Amino acid sequence: MANEAVIDPAQGGEPDHLGRRRFLTATTVAVGAVGAGIAAVPFIKSWNPSARAQLAGAPVTVDITALQEGQRLIVEWRGQPIWIVKRSKAILEALPTLDPELRDPMSENADQQPAYIQKDSPELRSFKPEVSVLVGLCTHLGCSPEMVAEIRPEPFDPNWKGGYFCPCHKSRFDMAGRVFQGVPAPSNLVVPPHYYADDNTIVVGVDPGAA
Amino acid sequence: MANVIERTANNVWDWFTARAPGFMPFYRKHMTEYYAPKNFNIWYIFGVLSIVVLVNQIVTGIFLTMHYKPSAAEAFASVEYIMRDVEWGWLIRYMHSTGASLFFIVVYIHMFRGLMYGSYQKPRELVWILGMLIYLVLMAEAFLGYVLPWGQMSFWGAKVIISLFGAIPVIGNGLTEWIMGDYLPGDATLNRFFALHVIALPLVLLLLVVLHLGALHEVGSNNPDGVEIKKGPKGNRWSKNAPADGIPFHPYYTVKDGFYVCFFLIIGAFIVFFAPAFGGWFLEHDNFVEANRLVTPAHIKPVWYYTPYYAMLRVVPNKLGGVMVMFGAIAILFLVPWLDRAKVKSYRYRGLLSKVLLGIFAVCFIWLGKIGAGPGTDPVETIIGRFLTAFYFLFFLTMPLWTAFDKTKPVPERVTMHE
Repeated sequence: MANEAVIDPAQGGEPDHLGRRRFLTATTVAVGAVGAGIAAVPFIKSWNPSARAQLAGAPVTVDITALQEGQRLIVEWRGQPIWIVKRSKAILEALPTLDPELRDPMSENADQQPAYIQKDSPELRSFKPEVSVLVGLCTHLGCSPEMVAEIRPEPFDPNWKGGYFCPCHKSRFDMAGRVFQGVPAPSNLVVPPHYYADDNTIVVGVDPGAA
Repeated sequence: MANVIERTANNVWDWFTARAPGFMPFYRKHMTEYYAPKNFNIWYIFGVLSIVVLVNQIVTGIFLTMHYKPSAAEAFASVEYIMRDVEWGWLIRYMHSTGASLFFIVVYIHMFRGLMYGSYQKPRELVWILGMLIYLVLMAEAFLGYVLPWGQMSFWGAKVIISLFGAIPVIGNGLTEWIMGDYLPGDATLNRFFALHVIALPLVLLLLVVLHLGALHEVGSNNPDGVEIKKGPKGNRWSKNAPADGIPFHPYYTVKDGFYVCFFLIIGAFIVFFAPAFGGWFLEHDNFVEANRLVTPAHIKPVWYYTPYYAMLRVVPNKLGGVMVMFGAIAILFLVPWLDRAKVKSYRYRGLLSKVLLGIFAVCFIWLGKIGAGPGTDPVETIIGRFLTAFYFLFFLTMPLWTAFDKTKPVPERVTMHE
């Protein structure tokens, strides 16, 4: 605005090469903007998890030799509770019967478990039928649900077949971490990437064959 | 479509100016209708460069505070953490540490420019005073920042500098304990130095920079000829009332400065990427060792930008005397506008005597810096240091005499251009 006198002088002087000026201004601004954008990258990236944080987020190896039926082992991976639960025969038999009451019985939401889990075990969501590995955080707002593992009527569900109940907003999941219909949580509990190093050793945080 | 966008932009702009009627007059006063002399040379880019470095220090400093821990137990490790574990942390820290040294290089050249062209003379005394205050705050800011990594030089540098206040009679000892919040530089010292370095002094610095520029824009810029363009003929391409020898700061000098800023950034990037310690001048080797209150490094010295004053402190064989000489050397700079009695501003129109003395002064200052950076064990060097210190003070104390005495050449009516 205020530069009009410079771009197009009202009085006198030599011709001002208006086109050339505009071209030079535009290219300078463009190159400068690209430069500023690139210079911003290190500053933005400095907010990423640091090498130390990544190290703290390294895979966790868990020995499940002592895990008994009906018990739950809680380990920490990347600051999240990881549940390793040994399910009973009765629970395993009850799980498929719940399918009509669930939002995503066949684990079709690909974000909630690794593809190999969905492919081989869409209902039980585990490598071994009895051993379930889950990230113990509700998919609603991140509270850690309670395990209510007995098959018996509960105040929140007279036909309860065992599962997880979130105290924050009353979301319910079955013993495979699949979410029930009519609760605030939108999706099943997350199955973390994991594999069996041997029969009783689970490595949480790495896909099979990746280590 | 283009019409809609243009109309919307215009409407938003009209809405804004109707509610902030002072904005455009302010912008014009300081940018497009600030008429700077058209004969600026390369010496006139260093003010802008110092603002560029200031912005760099603020931005990189903010990001460093996100990872740094201001505690004696964690500070050193947190700096190593920034260097090794934080993504691009090394770059951000090296930009900050290199920026500190470049800040002083730029500011020293800027100050020398002022001495050469008499930029402190009437009516720009206030500009000079404010600039000197910036220099003073900058030295404090740099010192505080140097303590933060909590390396050996941080700790012992802090100890030595704080001990200087102990030389003050009567209150000295109590004062040093009050500054440190302990009996030696410790956790409390580091914590308060952090607060001062990241909040208090930057705020003061920014305020002073605004006042420095505000004071400058009131009286207008000096130039290599020392000609007052406001007193010369009026009328240029942009305004009938503007000085004939003035051109709008924007776009003429913004573009010129931008060109030099690119050059400057290339030099800065080279240092950051290839020589961030700069052979021990920008980052001292001893500071890569964590602070140890029981072991003093063999060769203790401040960073290069303090060494001229540190040399003065060392060559005076008396503690209080040394401290007074050191602070006096800075204080006397404030008086330059009144010590200079010359009728002309620029050295271009001064006599040989003034030129030679200014040249010797520059050599003397750099030589003192070299002595201050050395081990200080050579007795001959101490004698030389005393002569140089004496010259430093005589240069200013006798300035009223030789500036009044020295022959001057007639100053032209208009600024001269060398094309």
